[in-house]
Amino acid sequence: MTNLIVSPLALSFAVTLVVIALIINWHERIGLEKDIIVGVIRAVIQLTVVGYVLTYVIKLDRGWLTGGMVAIILLNAAYNAGKRANKMPHAFIISGLALLVATGLTLCLLLVVGTIKFTPSQVVPITGMIASNAMIAIGLAYRSLAASFHDQRQAILERLALGATMKQAASKLVRQAIRMGMAPTIDSAKTVGLVSLPGMMSGLIFAGINPTKAIMYQIMVTFMLLAATSIGSVIACYLMYPQYFNQDLQLNHEF
Amino acid sequence: MNVFELEQVSYVPNDHHVLDEIIMTVPAGDYLTITGPSGSGKSTLLRLLASLLTPTSGQLNFMGQPQSSYDKPTYRKRVSYCFQQPTLFGETVQDNLAFPFTIRGLPFDQLAASAALDKVDLTDRTLTQPIVELSGGEKQRVALIRNLMFPPEVLLLDEVTAGLDKETKTIVHRLIDDYHRQQLTILSVTHDDSELASATNMIEIRDGRLEGQHD
Ligand SMILES: Nc1ncnc2c1ncn2[C@@H]1O[C@H](COP(=O)(O)OP(=O)(O)O)[C@@H](O)[C@H]1O
Ligand SMILES: [Mg+2]
Repeated sequence: MTNLIVSPLALSFAVTLVVIALIINWHERIGLEKDIIVGVIRAVIQLTVVGYVLTYVIKLDRGWLTGGMVAIILLNAAYNAGKRANKMPHAFIISGLALLVATGLTLCLLLVVGTIKFTPSQVVPITGMIASNAMIAIGLAYRSLAASFHDQRQAILERLALGATMKQAASKLVRQAIRMGMAPTIDSAKTVGLVSLPGMMSGLIFAGINPTKAIMYQIMVTFMLLAATSIGSVIACYLMYPQYFNQDLQLNHEF
Repeated sequence: MNVFELEQVSYVPNDHHVLDEIIMTVPAGDYLTITGPSGSGKSTLLRLLASLLTPTSGQLNFMGQPQSSYDKPTYRKRVSYCFQQPTLFGETVQDNLAFPFTIRGLPFDQLAASAALDKVDLTDRTLTQPIVELSGGEKQRVALIRNLMFPPEVLLLDEVTAGLDKETKTIVHRLIDDYHRQQLTILSVTHDDSELASATNMIEIRDGRLEGQHD
């Protein structure tokens, strides 16, 4: 991996690219200048810190440290997914559980069949990829659930009045929410290689790895993201939708 | 046998006195009409009886047992509530009439559905009709027979004929009278004079209190 070198100097020249975005914003009065600057500064600081931490973790190569990194990734993902279910009770716990199972199962399978090894340089980036995709899927599913329970409130009440169980009253909306959560992953699986060369594959090719090898990794990533987002959305939705009902099988008023 | 016994049943969410200490009994086979001004708590009373709301205090018995002791889905199949402005769900009329079968784990019985539609002067051509194409009166009739695909023991009707034309009102009243003759207990919120005349009992609610009830 020696044929690619991004020197700090080269990187600072790349700042002109950000300036282009800023000029467009200023000229067109889009008003996102502040967000762009904050975003750029955060990205630089966060990635630098993570870079140093990862270097340290990879050099040390201790199981507990790798596990700790995985835990931190999962907690952050659970917090962010939970935020998207605004105000729903137990959002953090439910998201955490869904992410833990989705990431855990996928990761274990990859480890057991030997696709990846339990070393920080493989486990940490893969966990990050799985958890962030599952997090986005769960967030989308939450948003769909909230919208459906709001828009279809009267239809749900009618079903309850006819004697439906909680599951019978809500199964349509739950299925729709799971579908919404998985849609981006399925869409990108369909167009992968045609529209986008995904991050991991681009990175590997960029860094000088043989494209056919990079493709093998990308196929694995596509499969594992399909598994992780479906497991994550299903668990999150099935644990979340009962929160819309009270113990007397009535719709809660607050949501 | 009393179908309902209410002892000081109140519904006071967040200090808002929607219903106050209702005392009443409803014998089996009764056809009780409920009148009263708008906002007096009539819908709330029916929703309490349907277990779609829970009293904040008081005792509500169904068939001699506390309402809270029943499994909700089972209870609501026995005590069926028809909404003031019903919403049909799904795409077609059949989606609505099939739902009572679905929740009982039964296959849809098209003959039963046709017979039910016939009772309210609709043909089985209606089954495949998209719900967005139905008139208000047709929607109300589909909603009503949706509650009656499997006859309940109690039918709670919330102003089901309000806003209907005279002809449709007659069709709906004929259906209700039919079921009443078959010993179904009916509680109906209504302002319709002809319905008040055919009922066996009448109560009036004002400001969340039963008229004529003294404490
Ligand atoms: N959860 C609630 N909190 C506060 N007020 C409520 C609640 N539910 C109903 N109400 C109020 O109680 C009153 C009675 O409502 P309702 O039973 O629908 O009356 P009616 O059917 O007689 O027109 C209305 O003023 C309504 O706004
Ligand atoms: Mg009302």
